[in-house]
Amino acid sequence: MIGNLDIVVLQQIWWIICSIVGALFLFLTFVQGGQTLLWQVAKDETEKSLVVNSLGRKWELTFTTLVLFGGALFAAFPKFYATSFGGAYWVWMLILFSFIIQAVSYEYRTKPDNFLGQKVYETFLFINGSVGILLIGAAVGTFFTGSNFTLNDMNQVAWTNSLRGMEAAFSFFNLSLGLFLVFNARVLGAMYLVNNIDFTETPELEVRLRKNCLTSFLCALPFLLYVLVSLLLIDGYGLDGNGVVSMVAYKYLGNLLAMPAVLGMLLVGLLLVIMGVLRTSLGTGTSGIWFGGLGTVFVGLVIFFTAGFNNTAFYPSKVDLQSSLSIYNASSSHYTLTVMTYVAFMIPFVLAYVIYVWRQMDSRKIDLNDIADKKAY
Amino acid sequence: MKMGEIDLTMVNWARAQFILTVMYHWIFVPITLGLSFLCAFFESMYVRTGDDEWKKLTKFWMTLFGINFAIGVATGIILEFQFGTNWSNYSWMVGDIFGAPLAIEGIFAFFLEATFFAVMFFGWERTSKRFHLFSTWMVAIGSNLSALWILVANGWMQYPVGMAFNPESARFEMQNFWEVLFSPVAIAKFTHTTSSSFVVGSFFVISISSYYLLKGRHVNMAKRSIIVASVFGLISSLFTAFTGDESAFANAHYQPMKLAAYEGLYEGERGADIVALGILNSGKRLGDGQEPFAFEVSIPKGLSIMAKRELNAFVPGIKDLVYGNEAEGIMSVAEKMEKGKAAVADFAAIQEAGKSGDEQAKAAALERFKVNQDYLGFGYLDTPEEIVPPVATVYYSFHIMVYLGSFFILLFMLYLYFSYKDTLEDKIWLLALGFCSFFLALTASELGWVVAEVGRQPWAIQDLMPVKMATTNIGVGHVQTTFFMFFVLFGALLIAEIKIMLKQIKIGPEGV
Repeated sequence: MIGNLDIVVLQQIWWIICSIVGALFLFLTFVQGGQTLLWQVAKDETEKSLVVNSLGRKWELTFTTLVLFGGALFAAFPKFYATSFGGAYWVWMLILFSFIIQAVSYEYRTKPDNFLGQKVYETFLFINGSVGILLIGAAVGTFFTGSNFTLNDMNQVAWTNSLRGMEAAFSFFNLSLGLFLVFNARVLGAMYLVNNIDFTETPELEVRLRKNCLTSFLCALPFLLYVLVSLLLIDGYGLDGNGVVSMVAYKYLGNLLAMPAVLGMLLVGLLLVIMGVLRTSLGTGTSGIWFGGLGTVFVGLVIFFTAGFNNTAFYPSKVDLQSSLSIYNASSSHYTLTVMTYVAFMIPFVLAYVIYVWRQMDSRKIDLNDIADKKAY
Repeated sequence: MKMGEIDLTMVNWARAQFILTVMYHWIFVPITLGLSFLCAFFESMYVRTGDDEWKKLTKFWMTLFGINFAIGVATGIILEFQFGTNWSNYSWMVGDIFGAPLAIEGIFAFFLEATFFAVMFFGWERTSKRFHLFSTWMVAIGSNLSALWILVANGWMQYPVGMAFNPESARFEMQNFWEVLFSPVAIAKFTHTTSSSFVVGSFFVISISSYYLLKGRHVNMAKRSIIVASVFGLISSLFTAFTGDESAFANAHYQPMKLAAYEGLYEGERGADIVALGILNSGKRLGDGQEPFAFEVSIPKGLSIMAKRELNAFVPGIKDLVYGNEAEGIMSVAEKMEKGKAAVADFAAIQEAGKSGDEQAKAAALERFKVNQDYLGFGYLDTPEEIVPPVATVYYSFHIMVYLGSFFILLFMLYLYFSYKDTLEDKIWLLALGFCSFFLALTASELGWVVAEVGRQPWAIQDLMPVKMATTNIGVGHVQTTFFMFFVLFGALLIAEIKIMLKQIKIGPEGV
């Protein structure tokens, strides 16, 4: 059945699947956002423990989604994986390091005899939430601003900038996208914590979280606006019918206009995030995370769809346009995409049990009993 | 595949980095694979008996499981990234095949682990007893499923099946997923690796429990843990021996050079003996006529039986595999290199013709290429002797692994026997041995990987792609820098892990 689909359809299906996983990851960065909020919102050890334990139950979900995002890109678009990871070496390496140090920090933070001390593990969490997310944003920014590479006949990558990927962080557009993601993660983090913690004993923590949701959003706003406006104005990397890449004026504006559904998702997504922020910071409700989360997923999808669809090169090369990668020239074979599409039918089941389990686990909010437990982080 | 100049220093640093990260990762993985099932057994006992002692015991082992699991996750993500960062040529050339099991691992296994891990740790008061038990089992199954997929990927590198080289796209492409999944090498790898990891996990429990018995602390808990771990360990170690034999049988068919290296067999023969105990002659070089062993105890015809399951079957030695053996129908590497170089040239011709749009020349080059494509990897070798892996490393790793594995069977039996007699506490010598057993088991497990991976050098993909062709063309300085960054970070995290673990063991089950 799937095997009869045209390869172009499969390539598009896989760009959608990768986009969904990537967008879900952006939603789940509420964990990283919470990590950077920690030192601002928690004033004593009890509050700190509540925040860390609330985040600590979810960090693996975010981490696993990131790993799956990488795995899905590897399987579906191996040329991107090889080109970007091998070429933009340092940006990926630093992202990697920021996630290695996160993975041990929850478990080891308050364990006796933990060698590095609580402060260091909390710093690790902060680095992961700030530097890690910023660099992921910068890397995604290169989907629009392009990178410095050429591919030879054998598709081996040669990087023409000696910073090997770190130069991505020195573009104002990429940096803005990164900072937007950092602050948006904080917005989501505050929303999630408001939803997940029982504040009976710590009412001030709730007040601070709700306030920080708004201030983080206000910090995110200028970067978001800069990214959006630039995106509408800059030239983009377009493909013609033969796969030849050229610079096209107002390419991404054109993409949004050519795909009204995507434009609609952008507007709905932004609106949902704003509703979430207002509900959390001005109201007393706890449902903000669902608005903010869904909104972030929509905005994330818009980023990936705008970069990859409508005959656009999603991983463009600034120095050699014809080395640019599109979903058509970077994908796996028809056979592999077919196999992987059958596998992808499992994703809804995975989502279903993840949601089922977390509904059970979150039916009662995190309270002081939870952090008194010996297993607590 | 023109590569320009290959910087061998860089290749070796990339290699060193992979060895460092993968061996470090492997300290934690076998514990996770084995201990997850043991936790599931312990908790099943609790749910069955309703005895709180079992619950306390379960929670104690789960605490240690969690400490180990965190660092296993942290080191696992490195490998996924590293395929791209340091081995991008490999990722491109075989991403069409290799990427799939990695993604499937994410979808099928990692979410199972991550989701139910949270229930296992924080769900005692939040979910029902049965659902909690179910979750613990899911963590065990999820961990072992993830092992399945990564071992399928590894098995494919050792025995590349279900694919073909596509000169149009300049890469290998998958043609049959089931062949990749059910490849005999993948199955042998999965069964041998998981069962031997169960042995490591069992010794982890026995080692700590023996320490308690030696100290006279938590005696009941320690004895209960030992019984469960010894039963699981004994069954697993017997199965490990069986699957090890299967692995050797698979090696004989698909990677004869690896088998020859770990058996120290230079000259092939019919009815080959197997060296049960031997010290290599360190001065021995290929083709110098010297005896390969300084000292040896052999079992007549043992190797032919193990490798071919026939008393008088021919087992090729290193010399036969390098220089060929016409009588036995083995082609020399020199000849394979010639064919390989022809394949490389025809491949370049296909690309040239494609660029100039000469369809006729392209079709002709393609026909020529097909004749020699199975030897493609040999086209990148410089000398025939390059296909010989470091014999001593592989030989000693293999033999120490086998001795340890056999000794483990005996050790589990002794533990069970004295547990049955209820005199375990008096057997100080056995407890002392048991205390060391975990470190021995971990050593055996790591050595197993040395055999598997060093033994297949110089190939990244057997016969198709040498390791030196698989790297990213990035300056040696970058790889060196990240190597030392990993080195320092791993050092710090390992110290932290061990200190935390020791402290928790000291605190014991009363504290959890």
